[in-house]
Amino acid sequence: MSAIIQVKNVSKSYWRNSLEIPVLHDLTLDVTEGEFLVLMGPSGSGKTTLLNLIAGIDRPSKGELNVAGTDIAKLNESGLAKWRSASVGFVFQFYNLIPVLTAFENVELPLLLTKLSKSERKKHVENVLNIVGLGDRIYHYPKQLSGGQEQRVAIARAIVTDPVILVADEPTGDLDKTSAQEILTLMERLNKEFKKTIVMVTHDPHAAEKATRLLHLEKGDLV
Amino acid sequence: MKILKLIFKNALRHKLRTTLTIVGISIAVIAYGLLRTVVTIWDSSVDAAGADRLITRQAVSFIFPLPVAYKSKIESIPGVKSVCGAVWFGGTYKDKSNFFARMAIDDNYFELYPEFMISQNEFDKYKKERNGCIVGKSIAEQYKFKIGDIIVLDGDIFPGRWEFTVSGIYKPRNKNTDATQMLFHYEYLNERIKQETAVRGDQVFWYIVKVDDPKNSAQISEQIDAMFKNSTAETKSETEKAFTQSFVAASGAIITAMNFMSYAIIGIIMLVLANTMIMAARERTREYAVFKTLGFSAYHLTSLILGESMLISCIGGGIGIGLLYPIVSGFEHVMPKGFFPFFFIEPVTVILAASSALLIGVLAAIFPIQRALHTKIVDGFRFVG
Ligand SMILES: Nc1ncnc2c1ncn2[C@@H]1O[C@H](COP(=O)(O)OP(=O)(O)OP(=O)(O)O)[C@@H](O)[C@H]1O
Ligand SMILES: [Mg+2]
Repeated sequence: MSAIIQVKNVSKSYWRNSLEIPVLHDLTLDVTEGEFLVLMGPSGSGKTTLLNLIAGIDRPSKGELNVAGTDIAKLNESGLAKWRSASVGFVFQFYNLIPVLTAFENVELPLLLTKLSKSERKKHVENVLNIVGLGDRIYHYPKQLSGGQEQRVAIARAIVTDPVILVADEPTGDLDKTSAQEILTLMERLNKEFKKTIVMVTHDPHAAEKATRLLHLEKGDLV
Repeated sequence: MKILKLIFKNALRHKLRTTLTIVGISIAVIAYGLLRTVVTIWDSSVDAAGADRLITRQAVSFIFPLPVAYKSKIESIPGVKSVCGAVWFGGTYKDKSNFFARMAIDDNYFELYPEFMISQNEFDKYKKERNGCIVGKSIAEQYKFKIGDIIVLDGDIFPGRWEFTVSGIYKPRNKNTDATQMLFHYEYLNERIKQETAVRGDQVFWYIVKVDDPKNSAQISEQIDAMFKNSTAETKSETEKAFTQSFVAASGAIITAMNFMSYAIIGIIMLVLANTMIMAARERTREYAVFKTLGFSAYHLTSLILGESMLISCIGGGIGIGLLYPIVSGFEHVMPKGFFPFFFIEPVTVILAASSALLIGVLAAIFPIQRALHTKIVDGFRFVG
């Protein structure tokens, strides 16, 4: 199978008060379509940074990034935004739902940028909320849901546009054991059943068990 | 559509904060409207002055009279169309708190003031009645004067009991026309004064001079004053506008302060709203990062923030303007009767207040929008409020 994510000689530094903070050095990584890649490593090693680069919400200082068939390092801001909404789904540690919107409305958000009609949107939203097992919580607000349920809404939002790639940054980091297990099982199902290529960052050794590949990042280098 | 719903939901997030902001804006709009209303009243009483009318009075002071003989002399100056003498009567009607202007005038007064509209019928009746008087529509309504009624004034400048018959009621032509005057025959006053205090007879307080072309006002004023130079009663002539302005000059500083205040208030509303919007946008830094991650554009974020800011400013402005009318009319009621010859909210005041509210909605959103657009997604996610 072909590499759906190609990271070639990528370096990334942040600048703080004109001081360069190098995070990733000359990193190269290929991810094959259908993989469930888990990234582990100590805090500050650059896991989130790498994930953000792959997902096109940050830009590399150097190197090439070819993701889902697009050279994303060359896209301008609005091109990148369009590409993101079509190609990647995001799951964050702190869910990042919009508190004033219901589960349904949160999941519907990415679809507002598509040409889908209201009834089509409804169908899609209900469908993914059923997949994550929240068909009965459609009109609940985030604060009326448990952490695990919130994260499932976030996952539904990530997959509602049917992207090929799903990135998740410590999706179980803020959850209790049972909820975490449910989320991991869901991620595994999305990978196996729905053929999503997943890149997930985690500190949880159990999460690693679900991976088809496990990589360690240390001080900006893959080991 | 969905954006609109989100704007509403966002505005309602902190109900107390939003409510206080709206109340603040409303109060400021009311204060602004009230100040502007008072300012425009002053301005429009000056504006009401006819450009083609001059006022000639005694050079030393308004309270010293001029001989009636001046009338024909002034009339002889080229460019002068007609001249009307006038006497401030003063006096009291029933109670000292009943303010309204009472003046003795020559009959051609109404030719010089076409904005005081009187029917030919009533005017003919007035001319026939020796003690006839014509009252403005506003005071006729206020004191329930009808044609044929007797009005009794208690004189002070001209002591004694004075009786008048209402011959007519004049209507104001314009909104800023003073409809609170009571006007009567100079002859009626003069006859009795000549009998009682002969030295005070045949004198008026000022002349109203109608010129054929306002462009000649300055030159004619000079000619009039030159004509009476070195006489016992030297004159001072000026346009009616300048005359009215000198009357309100004492209040000029207050008006300037009020003008300044009204602009300061707009500045304050803006700070109140900007503060609310900046707080709101700061709290939502992460959410904006989420929107951007999902592919929402600068246009969407701008609509969200601008929409919320405009929503709050429009509601506040709307409530303020809505309450302005009852409050101004309440204000009119607590002012002494007739203190202002007219009291109304100029449409321009409402337009100014409304457009200020809109403008403020836009201005208050600029900084939060800038911040939301310029924050990088990754920094947005790392932001801790
Ligand atoms: N936007 C940023 N601006 C400046 N420095 C940053 C930024 N993002 C990350 N860094 C720095 O880059 C380094 C790597 O950060 P990163 O978030 O990628 O680590 P991580 O492996 O995800 O850590 P953790 O396990 O704690 O999430 C850290 O030293 C961090 O302080
Ligand atoms: Mg991280």
